[in-house]
Amino acid sequence: MTTKTFGEPIARLEDPRLLTGQGRFLDDIGHRALAAAFVRSPHAHARITGIDVTDAIGVDGLVAVYTHEDLDGRAGEPLPLLIPHEALTHGRTGYALAKDEVNHVGEPIVMVVATDRYVAEDVCARIGVDYEFLPPVVGIEAARDGDLLVHDDVPGNVAARMVQSRGDAAAAIDAAPHVLELDLDIERSASTPLEGKGVHARWDADDASLRVYTSTQASTSVRAALAARLELPPDRVEVIAPDVGGGFGVKIVHPWPEEVLVPWAAIRLGREVKWTEDRREHFVGATHERGQLQHVRVGFDDEGRLLGLDVTVWHDNGAYTPYGIIVPIITTTQLLGPYKPGAYRAEFFSLYTNTVSVTPYRGAGRPQGCFAMERTMDAVAAHLGLDRTVVRERNFIRPDEMPYDHGLIFQDGRPLVYDSGDYPATLEKLKKLVGWEEFEAYRDEARAAGRRVGIGIACYVEGTGVGPYEGGWVKVETDGSVVAATGLTTQGQGHRTAFAQVVAEELGVPVDRVNVTTGDTRRFGYAVGTFASRAAVMSGNALAAAARKVRDKALRIAGEALEADPRDLEIVDGVVRVIGSPASAPGGSIPLATVAVLANPLRYAFDREAERATQFGGPVDFSKPPVAEGESPGLEDTGFYSPPRSTFANGMHAAIVETDPDTAEITILRYCVVHDCGTLINPRIVEGQIHGGVAQGVGGALYERMVYDDAGQLLNASFMDFLMPYATEVPVVETDHLETPSPLNPLGIKGAGEAGVIPGSAVLASAISDAEGFAITRMPISPSDLYSLRSTSTRMGETPR
Amino acid sequence: MKPAGFTYHRPVTVDDAVAVLAEVSPAGKVLAGGQSLVPLLNMRLAAPEHLVDINRLSELAYVRAGGDAVTVGALARHADVERDDAAYAVLPLLRDTLRHVAHPTIRNRGTTVGSIAHADPAGELTAVLALLGGTVTLRSAAAERTVTAADFFTGPMSTCADAGELVTSVTFPVPEGRTGAVWTEVARRHGDYAVCGTGTVVTLDDDLRVAGARAAFVSMGPEPVVLDVTDAVAGATHDTADWAAAGRLAAGRLDPEDDIHATADYRTHLAEVLTTRALRDAARRAAEVAP
Amino acid sequence: MSAVEELFEVTLVVNGVPRSATVPARRLLSDFLRHDLELTGTHVGCEHGVCGACTVLVDGRPIRSCLQFAVTVDGAEVTTVEGCGGADGELGPVQQAFRDCHGLQCGFCTPGFVTTITAYLEEHPAPSDDEAREAIAGNLCRCTGYQNIVASVLRAAELRAEEAGR
Repeated sequence: MTTKTFGEPIARLEDPRLLTGQGRFLDDIGHRALAAAFVRSPHAHARITGIDVTDAIGVDGLVAVYTHEDLDGRAGEPLPLLIPHEALTHGRTGYALAKDEVNHVGEPIVMVVATDRYVAEDVCARIGVDYEFLPPVVGIEAARDGDLLVHDDVPGNVAARMVQSRGDAAAAIDAAPHVLELDLDIERSASTPLEGKGVHARWDADDASLRVYTSTQASTSVRAALAARLELPPDRVEVIAPDVGGGFGVKIVHPWPEEVLVPWAAIRLGREVKWTEDRREHFVGATHERGQLQHVRVGFDDEGRLLGLDVTVWHDNGAYTPYGIIVPIITTTQLLGPYKPGAYRAEFFSLYTNTVSVTPYRGAGRPQGCFAMERTMDAVAAHLGLDRTVVRERNFIRPDEMPYDHGLIFQDGRPLVYDSGDYPATLEKLKKLVGWEEFEAYRDEARAAGRRVGIGIACYVEGTGVGPYEGGWVKVETDGSVVAATGLTTQGQGHRTAFAQVVAEELGVPVDRVNVTTGDTRRFGYAVGTFASRAAVMSGNALAAAARKVRDKALRIAGEALEADPRDLEIVDGVVRVIGSPASAPGGSIPLATVAVLANPLRYAFDREAERATQFGGPVDFSKPPVAEGESPGLEDTGFYSPPRSTFANGMHAAIVETDPDTAEITILRYCVVHDCGTLINPRIVEGQIHGGVAQGVGGALYERMVYDDAGQLLNASFMDFLMPYATEVPVVETDHLETPSPLNPLGIKGAGEAGVIPGSAVLASAISDAEGFAITRMPISPSDLYSLRSTSTRMGETPR
Repeated sequence: MKPAGFTYHRPVTVDDAVAVLAEVSPAGKVLAGGQSLVPLLNMRLAAPEHLVDINRLSELAYVRAGGDAVTVGALARHADVERDDAAYAVLPLLRDTLRHVAHPTIRNRGTTVGSIAHADPAGELTAVLALLGGTVTLRSAAAERTVTAADFFTGPMSTCADAGELVTSVTFPVPEGRTGAVWTEVARRHGDYAVCGTGTVVTLDDDLRVAGARAAFVSMGPEPVVLDVTDAVAGATHDTADWAAAGRLAAGRLDPEDDIHATADYRTHLAEVLTTRALRDAARRAAEVAP
Repeated sequence: MSAVEELFEVTLVVNGVPRSATVPARRLLSDFLRHDLELTGTHVGCEHGVCGACTVLVDGRPIRSCLQFAVTVDGAEVTTVEGCGGADGELGPVQQAFRDCHGLQCGFCTPGFVTTITAYLEEHPAPSDDEAREAIAGNLCRCTGYQNIVASVLRAAELRAEEAGR
């Protein structure tokens, strides 16, 4: 029997708990806590001229009402701008509670604490706020016009303008035999996890310490931020991410206003306080992403090879820039995908609007970049009358050109250098999977039956595993079980299983003997967070490093006990033995549990295992101290992984769609994915990530958008009208994998979390364009939109193919 | 998203219920399945002072199917109507339409009468009642009355019911003669309110010629719209009738609005397409009816 | 409003056990289960009846617990995800199928799926692929893309059949 599970599709260790209702999500904690609710701005842009709480006083169950004026010390300062950048010349953040002005519907103004949430909402309804209305800036065009301003001191509403280039794109395009220009438009969507945000805080006055549970993607950084805001020593603050019901990016930005206010109120009141975001709050109080306008100018030769590419992006960053300009930086760098663009220039404007702030949502700018590039590839192919896959193939970076330096700076501030990938092989696999060559015959058949079908393709490269670092801690207990921890957080990715597989592999123990904790500052204090498809790469390698150190130590101690050279020893199924020898060989093996006992010399024998480790427990070499110099007691260690730069996963999607000639309904008939994220730890988990990503991609392409009216009201702030797909809207995903290991990390892994979502809009636009015979340039697209486009294109004298 | 407080009443008989309604009128609201009302309460878009919960009025939990009508009591859940084989035998349109109403979990609790009393212009059952020329029975502490669907619906989300009245049942008449009836709709997601939905009834004479053709629509106006389109197809045999002309006739008489899911133009276009399809299918069904 | 709300004693038979609490009329069944009875397996994802995370069985039928007042269903039998297990604390067939098929990721929507599917399979013990998809069409999941949940429905049907055959 082997203990090997690394690379195997094992069932998840976290599932039994979650399946039986034993999960502990934020709102499952603290039944006796006071409840917080917020009065939020109903207006997109206004000055606050007065707050009247008279009517609220005396409501049975009311505990406290707070406004900005109450926020003492640093709690009243603007929230941090987490990722500064020299191009972000006009970064702005809001306050935990609005001070004087509100800049989007949903901005918190008053905090109410009461005995339960029902009462807290009663109180909110009785608080009056007076406003002086200011003209709202809604939509990218309005922001770009700059006639009206979101922030008085930000001219043109431009938070940031940034240019990156390699070569002289304008000159290369001008000199090219063919030039095309495209105007593209992608609307807003949002992460929309099924669990909203939430915070629970408990102040222990006796211990002068604060414990905060929050459904965050970055607990260590929340701790640092709270310690700073609340002016507490960091060591007196514990932050724990409990079970988190999905993140997808929206929970990476921090601290949220509520994340500051709930602990602040808990300290002030000396009571447990909890806030559980409801769905309406989530729509207007959390963050969105995706909205961009793009202009592409491309020059290419007769073969379809790009000679120059010039892209301008107008990015809607909403009311504030708490997460900096990561999203448009990613758009303008990851846009390049698997291609060599010739000379390249990308310029973006990050613009303020009076809408909810924009921070990364799974894909984080990549879906928009992919859309720009892949629409361009299709346009080039259409212009030259070439097969769309041929044009792509001709522009691919070849495997022998790896590592490939684009000459640009990536989102982590480091050079954009692809480490590995075999794009031609990926394309071949995809063409085979979807039946690219056979499609025309299928189209003819369908057409004869009065049906309209189309096929689309889109390719992407995804920078994953960005630094700066993650760490891991591994300890073998004296019963032979293994506990491990890493600081980054989990929102459903199966980290407990995947990381246990890594640790089990390195330590030679059964995977179900490994218990992994994530996102708990009590267990591991140094971490960055879960984003950018980085967890497996970063914490996987960090835990592997920690486990390897523990293994080395175990072999050293076992070597002494067995009087063997550690180099001749191995650990199999939790037993250290001479390599290749059966575990039953007399004197030839020692359980890891025993090694753990020996690793910690004891004075007190509290049980029989401990007795063996006491100073009188066995033969002793009096020439050595009980703990050797340079060693520490216990069979445990920490390890860190800090990559020189990101590692680049890649993949390609193809879709076959049917568009109803009469009703303009769009049906996805097939959806195929070929994906390369390096070495797989657990193929089943990776596959699940792809499925989920594709569903979000389909949502973003065909169903989801945030509809703001001119006054800045979000018109579809509910699951009735924000159309997250149900099972009946999501296609079956057919997948195939390549495994091109990353040369950058010992495990050879690349990130997989965001991959599925990236080409969604691009591939479906490609397929719908193919079915309809005219170019789709704006996503998402509804049947109503398609119907309108048909009317327009018919008027233009085109006939659908 | 927690409801505001209210005074709660849970009568156990219809007499008690209407007495309470009379007492608290006009500040009372009836709670049946709650699938439309409770979301409004949770969002505090509605905050009635009194809630009269009729979930204990077991005398109203019935579906009665006769030869010429199906009568549904106020406490019959959509699922009860949908599963009722006797009702399906005389009026298959009910089950066919109910399958388009939200999802099974909602239909397990939502009541057919409640959705009609709610008078949502996007509610399928509202349109079906209007299409079939059904009736609504209301009880007050003083009297009982029965009104036609046409008189009952007075506007979007508004009916002729007085604040002291309880809708106790609705009656869907079975269309007379050799008829077929079909519901069809296009929704953004499966189970969503329709972007456009239509129910049609086609009546054929003994020679299988079209004697009558009617269509009702949801999401195409402020209240259920019923159109008689017989003129476009009268006298034609069911398989040669110009159903597209009937579809055009219907679409030309509708005046829908834009919303975030669809333009008015698209809705009108859908009405034409769906009406054409549904009438053709209804005629085929009528032709298959044993004479 | 400052008047104290009238309270009602509500008794439900939850997963076979009578449970009572005294609550205002406006207490939603979802909150009653979660906060008054501290059975937190039932999750709340939207509180307007669309997501399905709060689905529980009332007298055997799946309903949205966020759209009911606890007082309305006073006296009813309620099954939550905590009551969908097998004998001896093992996973029930639907739960086991989810584990076998990787039918969950974050696990937040999962209780609503488990209850919905449990009731569905009672009435439709051998669904087809399409029927399995239709059966879960009223529940939102943001993680899985549903493919493995559809597989879980089919797998659960198999497990139930095996169990019945034993």
